[in-house]
Amino acid sequence: MTAAERPTVPRLHPKARLQHDDVRGRDVLLYPEGLVALNPTGAEILELCDGVRSVADVVAALEQRYGAPGGGVERDVTAFLDGLAAKGLVTYGS
Amino acid sequence: MDPKPLWLLAELTYKCPLQCPYCSNPVDFAGPRFKRELSTDEWCRVFREAKALGVLQLGLSGGEPTLRADLEALVGEAHGLGLYTSLITSAYRLTKERLAALKAAGLDHVQISIQGADAELSDAVAGTASYRDKIAAYHYTRELGFPLTVNVVLHRRNLHQVEDLIRLAESLGAERIELANTQFYGWALHNRDALMPTKAQLDAAWRVVQRERARLGTKLEIVWVLPDYHEQYPKPCMGGWARAYMTVTPAGEVWPCHAAGRIKTLTFENVREHPLDWIWVHSDAFTRFRGDSWMPEPCRSCPRKTQDFGGCRCQAFLVAGDAGLTDPVCSLSPHRHLIDAAVAEVERAPGAPEWTYRAAPASRALAAKG
Repeated sequence: MTAAERPTVPRLHPKARLQHDDVRGRDVLLYPEGLVALNPTGAEILELCDGVRSVADVVAALEQRYGAPGGGVERDVTAFLDGLAAKGLVTYGS
Repeated sequence: MDPKPLWLLAELTYKCPLQCPYCSNPVDFAGPRFKRELSTDEWCRVFREAKALGVLQLGLSGGEPTLRADLEALVGEAHGLGLYTSLITSAYRLTKERLAALKAAGLDHVQISIQGADAELSDAVAGTASYRDKIAAYHYTRELGFPLTVNVVLHRRNLHQVEDLIRLAESLGAERIELANTQFYGWALHNRDALMPTKAQLDAAWRVVQRERARLGTKLEIVWVLPDYHEQYPKPCMGGWARAYMTVTPAGEVWPCHAAGRIKTLTFENVREHPLDWIWVHSDAFTRFRGDSWMPEPCRSCPRKTQDFGGCRCQAFLVAGDAGLTDPVCSLSPHRHLIDAAVAEVERAPGAPEWTYRAAPASRALAAKG
């Protein structure tokens, strides 16, 4: 598989749900028998994962929003999504 | 900062068509204490109060929760509040239509127990022919798009089937399989000698789990609930007393875990008499062992106290006779010999004794004994 063919469109797994936690004032990812507390950036990344945007599109959207091009955003987004993928909460498609 | 609960286990009824001898329900479930079940409106109020208190995860359990005709209404209320809802069911006579109605009401996740990897053993352990219904319900669950957890309580008579159970869950397309080694409370404590596995059985099963985890990766999550009698240190029970978790029983008593009601030295409050918030913050049952100021030695000066919170209060009460002692499972506990004796008994005995099935007549007899 070449780099161009590698599935790069991140999606939230159907078992996971993004939810606002009013009591603690934060967003959380809920899934069977567990949850992940999100910081504002994490929640923003997941909201951009609409099943259409690729990782590069998500990075570009964030860079545009905050005007911070360069390697930092891409590294953070990839690490965050890969971490959730390792828990089975995010899957990559094409 | 005061802890706030994340988890609520709603035990909607203690009625159940299955009769599993390790049931975590109280042995006196059929007695007067649990007689008058909460109404639909009372449960909905509990869910609203729980959400306001910080709860995000709701387990709908029992007994058998699908025996409640208002289950769809309860799921609908919880879903509207933004709670992540899990149905914890035996799937006895559970139809695809009922599951579809629950899906429409907003149910998020289904957990279905199984008692063995084949009909013969599963039905023998359950005491009720239910294997066929379970297999059918697993398929309905997947067809309807629910994430699925297969739950198995492991003990002496089914530990040899761990590999078959994992393969079954894999073939069903389940997300998770919970391999829950029997924890000795409720009916399981009553039947402890019949259920206690040998060390060799546990070691063999654990090797299978490690190998299958490596093979399956994230395709199937394999949860292995530790057999704590065979461990050196206690489990961090409920993540610490009254830190994140609460159980509401069918008649409205609120407990820090689903076994805590057996601790006779605690006073439990009822949602019919107090708001959930008050019970969580102020009631005797929730405040007595919160934090670490209650701890005796060897816990008080132990560096592990922030990891295991002194272990399990119920086990301290049930085995060592005092809920305020170190969990007797801990190798540092002066009561560890009581655990060792129970473990040694099974290694010595050639065959396991018979168990008592969880059923109302046996429960009423045990309730009368007190």
